[in-house]
Amino acid sequence: METVYVICVGILTFCGVFLCLRGRTFSVVVGLTMLSYAVNLFLFSSGRLSLDGAAILGMADKYADPLPQALTLTAIVIGFAMIAFVVILALRARADLGNDFVDGSEPLDSDKLVKPNRGKA
Amino acid sequence: MSLFWITAILLIGVLVPVVTERFGRTINTICTMVAPAIALAYIISLIPAVFGGEVVVEYLEWIPAAGLTLSLHLDGLALMFALLILGIGLLIIVYARYYLSKKEAVGRFFAYLILFMTAMLSIVLSNNVLQMWMAWEVTSISSFLLISFWSTKSESRKGARMALTVTAAGGLALLAGLLIIADIVGSYELRVILASGDLIRESALYPVILILVLAGAFTKSAQFPFHFWLPHAMAAPTPVSAYLHSATMVKAGIFLLARMYPVLSGTEMWFLIVSMTGLITMLLGAYIALFKHDLKGLLAYSTISHLGLITLLLGLNTPLATVAALFHIMNHAVFKASLFMIAGIIDHESGTRDMRKLGGLWRFMPYTATLAMIAAASMAGVPLLNGFLSKEMFLAETLHSSSLGFLSWMMPVLATLAAIFAVAYSMRFIHDVFFNGEPKDLPKTPHEPTRFMKVPIEILVALCLLVGIFPTFMVGDLLASASSSVLMTELPYYSLAIWHGFNIPLLMSAIAIVGGLIVYAYRSHLYRFQAQFQESDEKLIFEGVIQTLVGYAVKAHNGLSNGSLQRYIAALLLFTIAITAVPLIHLNSVATRVPDQPVSGVEITAAIILCLSAIATVIYHRKRMIALITLSVVGLIVSISFARFSAPDLALTQLSVEVVTVILLMLALFFLPQKTASESSPSRVVRDLGIAAAIGGLVATINYAFITQPIDTISEFFLANSKTGGGGTNAVNVILVDFRGLDTLGEILVLGVAALGIFNLLARVRLAMPSSNENGIPWSQDRHPPILAMISQALLPLALLVSFYIFLRGHNMPGGGFIAGLITAVALIQQYIAHGVDWVKPRIKVEYQTLISLGVLIATFTGIASWFFGRPFMTTWFDYFDIPLIGEIELASALVFDLGVYLTVVGATLFILASLGKLTSSHRPTPEE
Repeated sequence: METVYVICVGILTFCGVFLCLRGRTFSVVVGLTMLSYAVNLFLFSSGRLSLDGAAILGMADKYADPLPQALTLTAIVIGFAMIAFVVILALRARADLGNDFVDGSEPLDSDKLVKPNRGKA
Repeated sequence: MSLFWITAILLIGVLVPVVTERFGRTINTICTMVAPAIALAYIISLIPAVFGGEVVVEYLEWIPAAGLTLSLHLDGLALMFALLILGIGLLIIVYARYYLSKKEAVGRFFAYLILFMTAMLSIVLSNNVLQMWMAWEVTSISSFLLISFWSTKSESRKGARMALTVTAAGGLALLAGLLIIADIVGSYELRVILASGDLIRESALYPVILILVLAGAFTKSAQFPFHFWLPHAMAAPTPVSAYLHSATMVKAGIFLLARMYPVLSGTEMWFLIVSMTGLITMLLGAYIALFKHDLKGLLAYSTISHLGLITLLLGLNTPLATVAALFHIMNHAVFKASLFMIAGIIDHESGTRDMRKLGGLWRFMPYTATLAMIAAASMAGVPLLNGFLSKEMFLAETLHSSSLGFLSWMMPVLATLAAIFAVAYSMRFIHDVFFNGEPKDLPKTPHEPTRFMKVPIEILVALCLLVGIFPTFMVGDLLASASSSVLMTELPYYSLAIWHGFNIPLLMSAIAIVGGLIVYAYRSHLYRFQAQFQESDEKLIFEGVIQTLVGYAVKAHNGLSNGSLQRYIAALLLFTIAITAVPLIHLNSVATRVPDQPVSGVEITAAIILCLSAIATVIYHRKRMIALITLSVVGLIVSISFARFSAPDLALTQLSVEVVTVILLMLALFFLPQKTASESSPSRVVRDLGIAAAIGGLVATINYAFITQPIDTISEFFLANSKTGGGGTNAVNVILVDFRGLDTLGEILVLGVAALGIFNLLARVRLAMPSSNENGIPWSQDRHPPILAMISQALLPLALLVSFYIFLRGHNMPGGGFIAGLITAVALIQQYIAHGVDWVKPRIKVEYQTLISLGVLIATFTGIASWFFGRPFMTTWFDYFDIPLIGEIELASALVFDLGVYLTVVGATLFILASLGKLTSSHRPTPEE
């Protein structure tokens, strides 16, 4: 179980980081979302994985660790606020700069394969 | 009165000249002199105590918790320097009054001068090494201001910059050295450090300390190879040169050597570095001084030479040499200050300082010439003058030095050589200026200066004579007191008498005088010899070095910072990999790990779906709609896994956030290109894949490392107290609203701030509204299908009821303000989607900003309310009530807090989505708004 769990966290991190390194804002937003899933799972797992732990007092003998849960809950909501902010920032950049590149202009990769598609305004 | 008052009065004194400038130069000067005069008077009043062997120490608590105490002390050494700084300082002020012309900013000049004086005095009085270092740096800065006083001249600016760069860089080295010393001794207090000499000398770090402290001292005192800044500092107004290069600035380095003498001296290393540096500096300075045609240039190199002499004496490690060094500090200050002032007068009254033009000034200013001759004779070491006495002691000490073993004979020979050149350049200072033919096309006709301009020089020259003739009477006690505070032992026997009988030092002096006269007489041969060498300009070299450094810095900056965020992120991630991978290599404590729990088919399936959809998101990230759908699958699986791992609250939160996020992203996608072509080069893709894989692998490894450790949690406390202390059975919710309520308060604030930030970003945004999709197919005109509208409307009350229920039960069952708030928000957004902004706007009259602030305020006041009951912030209260028909219910203040959370979440979420949604409707803000 633990091995499977960490593989999932690792793959989510991998996908998130790769997308964050892309040049367009939307990919970065998607990457950040993915990365925040990974981070939340990572934080959550510090309370260990309990399949049949009780979340409510008095319902079972064994309890799931409530502290990481509370922290993760906060992290989820803050993560949402951050994503929302980044999305709007991307839109603002798109409006002011006329493109949706992270760097504000077309990257100057000389060995680019395909001419970039600027997107229709 | 206390020593602290001295520094305080002087600091106030910095402002006095600026304020009194308007009353004219004379009043300005007199007012400026008040503060140093008071300080001097107070120091003089302490003389009997200090001569009696007492050390005045005063403390002022500053930050006791950090062990920082301001502290001043006055011992013999500090007293000697304080008298020089204040005494010569006062004379300089009088002199500057007549030197500077009416047009110049005299007030500003005096302010800088007093600031410098304060800093200099603080160095010598400080009993705390950090405090001393601060003052040290202030002298660097204020001397920069003084040297660059004529800031319109390029050479002033360059000279000032050079002085600042060299001395401030040395200051940083000094700081490092002092910190290591303080670390070894365990105190910043100088008196404690001075008593711990053995501890420091035996430390393994002693060589490092020595080099760092000496770097500070040598840069400040212009010792070889850092001597080059001093001649360029001559671009300063002459009163500044007279002050900085006789009694202060450069003497600060010497002071440091003397101050640290009990701690650092007595070793082979000290001897070799300090005495050899001093020897080289002394010879070099004396030799070059002879070739300088500029009066001040000559004096500058002579200063370097004399500083080298003092350094050499301090490096000899013998008590008598140290006494001689201290004596020479005084004598040099006195005669050099007067010589600089004379050079200033010559410049002032004849318009040039070039000795090739000057000559025969005796006819025009015989009185000044007489003063100059006495001072210069003192510099040359002529008997009956103060310079002679300390020079004799110096020559005697070089004779007795045997530290160089078989090469010890070199020391007196080289010392005599330097003395010969000292006589020669002193001779030139007099002969080339006052005699030697007629002046050649001077800009002005020279004449005697104003009466009062000569007063400071007269006082100093009188001192030269008095000390030279009655040494014991004049300075015997002062020297003894200073020496005993440096040596910290019984004073050696010495005699300050003028006549010691016919001995070898006297012979050396005689050789020096005769030799010097011969060298001067045949100087034209030396000039021819010297002219063969290309003269190097230190300014150019220095500027070149600086330019090169700046060039490297610019190159490094341009290489790292090219404005590409992508590159920054990649660099950041690479750095993260580097710093996390190393500790992981050394981590192999997997011995105590807990075995994996058995895994079932459900989890395997979920994991496969999760990974596949995540990878699909990456593969299809350029087809954005598909990426969004696969992303939401990932989010769904994450929510389900929270539920699976006994975290229903998390599952509910993740699920509702998921809905909101996807709506948000879809709205954003409306304005962004829906598809993009491949833009990254293959090498870039491979690089990014590598970085991402490394980070993913690291995260997974770390996660595996701690997840398989036996659990050791502090949660028992929360579980045990959540019912009894917080009144709820849902421990997660009790943690959020009670135990860690302050965190939650901070969090909803963040949410509110993010919403406000978004509002600002969207105000006046100019986003083009696309009328068709990427393929040119126009968007449907039927924006609000009736079926969707009907169902959503019917769902609304139900959804609100559910959210209310979730909110209420939150304390005891999964739920709470966050989740309820998100559900309410989703229910309302549903209405926006189904009916459009035009329909919702008149029906929901709540301003979302108000909702956010209301929520934050309610949550804050719930916290504050506990103050009224004498409890700390955010203490919760709860009780059980028996209400007829309903039964026993529990009321808790935490519920009110949760209401605040609820309102903020609803407000912020709707605010964000509605502001963005508005852009797609006719309610979009126009740029004029």
